Amino acid sequence: MKRLLPWAVFVLAALYFLLPLIGMFEFSLRMKRGQYSFEAYRVVLADPRFQQTFLYSVILALLTIVLGALIVVPTAYWVRLRLPKLRPVVEFVTLLPLVIPPIVMVFGYIRMFNTSSLLPLTGSWWGTNVLVLFGYATLALPYMYRAVDTGLRSIDAATLTEAAQILGAGWARILAVVILPNVLVAVLSGAFLTFAIVIGEYVFAALLNLDTFGPYMVWMGGNRAYEPSALAVIAFAITWACMGMIQLVSRFLRH
Amino acid sequence: MGFLELRHVEKSFAEAQVVTDFNLSVARGEFVSFLGPSGCGKTTVLRMVAGFEAPSAGAIVIDGQDVTALRPNRRNIGMVFQAYALFPNLTVAQNVGFGLRVAGQGRAAIAARVAEMLALIGLPDLARRYPYQLSGGQQQRVALARALAARPRVLLLDEPLSALDARIRVSLREEIRRIQKELGITTIFVTHDQEEALSISDRVVVMQQGRAVQTGTPFEIYNRPASRFVAQFVGTLNLIDAAVRDAAGGVVELGGAPVALGRPLPAGAVGLALRPEAVALGRSPEREVVLAGRVAEMHFLGAVIRLRVDVAGQIIALDTFNRPDAPPPEIGASVEISLSARDLLVLED
Ligand SMILES: Nc1ncnc2c1ncn2[C@@H]1O[C@H](COP(=O)(O)OP(=O)(O)O)[C@@H](O)[C@H]1O
Ligand SMILES: [Mg+2]
Repeated sequence: MKRLLPWAVFVLAALYFLLPLIGMFEFSLRMKRGQYSFEAYRVVLADPRFQQTFLYSVILALLTIVLGALIVVPTAYWVRLRLPKLRPVVEFVTLLPLVIPPIVMVFGYIRMFNTSSLLPLTGSWWGTNVLVLFGYATLALPYMYRAVDTGLRSIDAATLTEAAQILGAGWARILAVVILPNVLVAVLSGAFLTFAIVIGEYVFAALLNLDTFGPYMVWMGGNRAYEPSALAVIAFAITWACMGMIQLVSRFLRH
Repeated sequence: MGFLELRHVEKSFAEAQVVTDFNLSVARGEFVSFLGPSGCGKTTVLRMVAGFEAPSAGAIVIDGQDVTALRPNRRNIGMVFQAYALFPNLTVAQNVGFGLRVAGQGRAAIAARVAEMLALIGLPDLARRYPYQLSGGQQQRVALARALAARPRVLLLDEPLSALDARIRVSLREEIRRIQKELGITTIFVTHDQEEALSISDRVVVMQQGRAVQTGTPFEIYNRPASRFVAQFVGTLNLIDAAVRDAAGGVVELGGAPVALGRPLPAGAVGLALRPEAVALGRSPEREVVLAGRVAEMHFLGAVIRLRVDVAGQIIALDTFNRPDAPPPEIGASVEISLSARDLLVLED
C-alpha cells in the first residue's frame, strides 16, 4: 500500500503531462485525410518564414548565451571571492526575472529607450536587437547565475585562485586557465536552458516587433490547422534536446 | 638578521584582533612550525606571509626585501594548501609546470624541471594523470612539487597533512622534511598536531590567541614550556597545584610529604607540571620522591601503559613500558610511584 501510492501519483502526473502531448502529436500527423503522415512537418520545415525566424532565434539565443556568460561568470566569481556577504543579495537580484513578468520588463524598456529618450535604442534595427539581447540575458539570469555559482562552489574557486596567484598568475590568466575551464560544464548547462528559453520567447519579440520564432509560432496558431501542432512538437523536441544535452555534457565533462 | 622576518605584525578583522605583535626571524633553510589550537591565528599569519591578507600593522621582510605591500603573485613564494588545491582541469605535469609557464619558461625547460620534481616526490610515472585519478597523499605530493618547481624563496604549508590517513600522514611528513633538507628551502609549516611539529621542525612557534607565546627547538618547547598553556598543549602533562611550605627555601608539599625544589617560590600555592614519562611505577634509584597511591585508571596502549594514580586526592598520570613478564597493576591496587624533584616544572602562570 505504501509502495503503491507514490507510483499512483507518478502515473497520474505522467498521464497529465503526456496525454495532451500525445493528442497534439497524433493531431499533427493527420494533415492528409485518412492516413497518418508527416505532411504538416514537411510543410512547416519547407516554409521560408519558418527557416528565417528559426535561424534568427537561434542566433539571438547563441548571442544571449555569450553575453550571459560574460556577465555572469566574472560576477559570480567576484562575489564568491571578494563579496561573500553580498551573495544573498546578488542571488535575490538574479531571481527577480522569475517574479517580474516579461511584459512589465518590456514596457519598462520601451519607456526607457524609446525614440524620444536619451538612448533611443528602439529607433534602429541594431538598437532593438541589442535591447532584446540584454532582455534575454536578463531572462536567462536566474538559470545562468545558479548554474555558474554552483559550479564555482564545487571547485572551491577561492582556494584555486590563491593557488594560481601564489604561483605568479595574474587575473586574466586565472580566469582563462583556472576558473573558466572548470566551470564550463556549469556554463553549458546554463547555456542550454537559455537556448530553450530564447527559442520560444514571445513577449519581448512581439512588443519589440521582431520576426523571431516565437511570434511566428503564434501567427501559425491563428492561421493554420495542423501546422501549429507540428511546430509545437518541434519546439518541444528542441527543449527536450537541450535538457538532454545538459545531462550529457555534465556527465561527459565531469570525468 | 633572518632570511624571513616578521616584525610586530598585527591583524584585525573588523573589530576582532586576530594576530597581536607577532615577531619571528627565520634563518635561511630553517624549518619552522606554527603550533597551536584551531582558531589561534596560524593560518592568518601564514596568509600574511603569502600576501593574501595585508597586516594591520608591522612588516614582513624576505631576504632583506620588505614585501609587506607586494601582491602574492610577485612574492615568489611556494604554498601548499590543506585541501591540495590542484587545478582539476590540468594533468599532474601541467599542474607542476604551472608556475614555470607563468614565468614564461620554454617548453623544454619546463618539461625537464617537471620531470625532476616528479622524481623528487617519487611519482615519476604519473605525469599524465589528472588530480582526480590520484590518492590524497599523491595529490599532496604533487601540490608540493608544484609549489617548489619555480624555486621559491620560501615554502609555506598550511596543515598539509590533516586531510590524510594517520599512516600516510607520518610517512609524508618525513618526506616533506627530507625534500626540505635536500633543497635547503626556508619553510613554515602550520599544524595543530604537537607530535607533527616536534618531530620535523628545527624550531617551533607555539601560538595562543594570536600571539607567539614560545619559540624554541622541539626539545626546549617540550622540556621547558614557558607557560601552563604551552606545557598542556605540547604533550600530556600532570598539572599539580602544590602548597608552598617554605617559600624562600623552595619547599612544597606533595602527597603529604615535603619536596625541595631548590629554588625560591611565591608564597601560598604554586602550579607544577610533570611529564608522565618522568614518573616511575615503584621505587627507582634516580627518583628520590616516593609517593603512595591507588590505581584509578589503567590504559593499555601496547608498548606503553598509561596509569592514573590517585595520590591523596591528586591524580598523577604516568607512563610505563609494557613488559611481557609483568602484567600491569589492577584498578584499585595500592602502588608506590617515584619521581625526581628535578623533573618538576614550576609554572609561571
Ligand atoms: N577573513 C576573516 N574574517 C574574519 N575573521 C577571520 C577571517 N579569517 C580568520 N578569521 C578569524 O581569525 C581567527 C584565527 O583564524 P585562523 O588564522 O584561521 O586560525 P588557525 O589557522 O590557527 O585555526 C579565527 O577566530 C577566525 O574566525
Ligand atoms: Mg588554519
